[in-house]
Amino acid sequence: MSYLHFARTILSSLFKKPATRNYPAVPRKYPEITRGKIVMNIENCIFCGMCMRKCPADAITVTRAQKKWEINPFSCIQCGCCVETCPKKCLSMQQQYTQPAPQKSEEVFYARVPDHPADSRNSKPAGK
Amino acid sequence: MGSHTVIPFGPQHPVLPEPVHLDLELEDEKVIRAIPSIGYVHRGLEKLVEKRQFTEYVYVAERICGICSFGHGWGYCKAVEGNMNIEVPPRARYLRTIWHELSRLHSHLLWLGLLADGMGFESLFMNAWRLREQILDIFEATTGGRVIFSVCKVGGVRRDIDNSTLRGISQKLLDMRAELKRVTDTFFEEPTAVSRLRGVGVLSREKAQDLCCVGPMARASGIPLDIRMVDTDGAYQDLNFQPCLSNDGDCYARCRVRVDELFTSIDLIRQAVEKIPEGDLSVPVKGNPAGEFFTRIEQPRGEALYYVKGNGTKYLDRMRVRTPTNINIPALVQTLQGCDFADVPMLILTIDPCISCTER
Ligand code: SF4
Ligand code: SF4
Repeated sequence: MSYLHFARTILSSLFKKPATRNYPAVPRKYPEITRGKIVMNIENCIFCGMCMRKCPADAITVTRAQKKWEINPFSCIQCGCCVETCPKKCLSMQQQYTQPAPQKSEEVFYARVPDHPADSRNSKPAGK
Repeated sequence: MGSHTVIPFGPQHPVLPEPVHLDLELEDEKVIRAIPSIGYVHRGLEKLVEKRQFTEYVYVAERICGICSFGHGWGYCKAVEGNMNIEVPPRARYLRTIWHELSRLHSHLLWLGLLADGMGFESLFMNAWRLREQILDIFEATTGGRVIFSVCKVGGVRRDIDNSTLRGISQKLLDMRAELKRVTDTFFEEPTAVSRLRGVGVLSREKAQDLCCVGPMARASGIPLDIRMVDTDGAYQDLNFQPCLSNDGDCYARCRVRVDELFTSIDLIRQAVEKIPEGDLSVPVKGNPAGEFFTRIEQPRGEALYYVKGNGTKYLDRMRVRTPTNINIPALVQTLQGCDFADVPMLILTIDPCISCTER
């Protein structure tokens, strides 16, 4: 037993680069498959509601009549189940996590109808 | 004869990563009685099984706990697979084993850090967690998540790890070994650390047996109980290993057992990488579970039991987990009787309590 046992680790730490990153000045590089956030490509969605039924966190709401697809990113647990389920492959996972926000908001998408004023409603937080 | 004082310990306490409350009855500086109470993080996850399809419930099962998440997912899948007579392909069995052993590495390193933190050895705490970070990076690169992996599914696994990545992981772990040894040996070499552990909270083999201890807690008291030895679902039958044992039954022994398990896990992963067969990752799941099934796996904290009861529909009737911490709490109460008040944090930490698992 010796008090010096840990000294080697301490000494080598003095000369090594820090184990931590100077975040956010040095951004983190995510591996390709990091599950960060769900991204929706509304063009292909057929509003079948499969993603809503499979989502274990009840984060997705699909309203077929209004052709409306919404997600509560703060409920989503990034499991990737909806991405796997979607028959039209319109959902995908982005590496970047949901940004912190002062208020919980929903992301709402409507089916695109060319030249329709409703088009501009897309991806606005609900209630705004 | 001193007067009795009752000191509340927890649920918020610097040494406790999770909320458990103890009423400690003291006579001077000695604890004469400890009354544990839990119930601060109950989330009703077992009940949720009635509302989620059995194939999707695995995402919920994984979230029972952030540390043994892969094990919970696996345990649940294993129970459902047993219920439905699903044969998991060999490659999936190996991949599950590799992820599970990596989880054990990450869990034990986390625990070593907490132990060092509990005794006030902050630089050792940071070194243990620095090593743990490398394991988390392996997880993120192979599963897409750092603590919750979502790779296990009923019938197999969702993702493959290609063979060159597997060899990379094996090499990385080999490179880690020397540093891991240097850091972990501090617990057994450094006199300040040893004095907090040696001879503290002795649990005899008989007591451990009577109180049905599981996992490292039992193995540190000399009971060779390791579910991996009899496991047929993972790849353990093809791999060569021995459970890590100690006979002392004190905090030092519990620390020794967990540190030895780190090296055993590295060894197991390296063997699995050598032997992993090619083949399918999963088999299609047809039908719905019916009837009951019960199985167990060795989590980092010990034996965990999983029970499922199906009714022929997509929704299970019941799912039940019995976690290792639940079983080790009586042993904790036993060792607390008669210990010094200053040793209470060490005793609580060396059962490696995971209250999230226990309450679900
Ligand atoms: S599963 Fe795909 S196509 Fe169906 S509603 Fe969801 S996003 Fe749209
Ligand atoms: S990733 Fe999982 S939790 Fe998130 S929306 Fe998709 S299914 Fe729901």
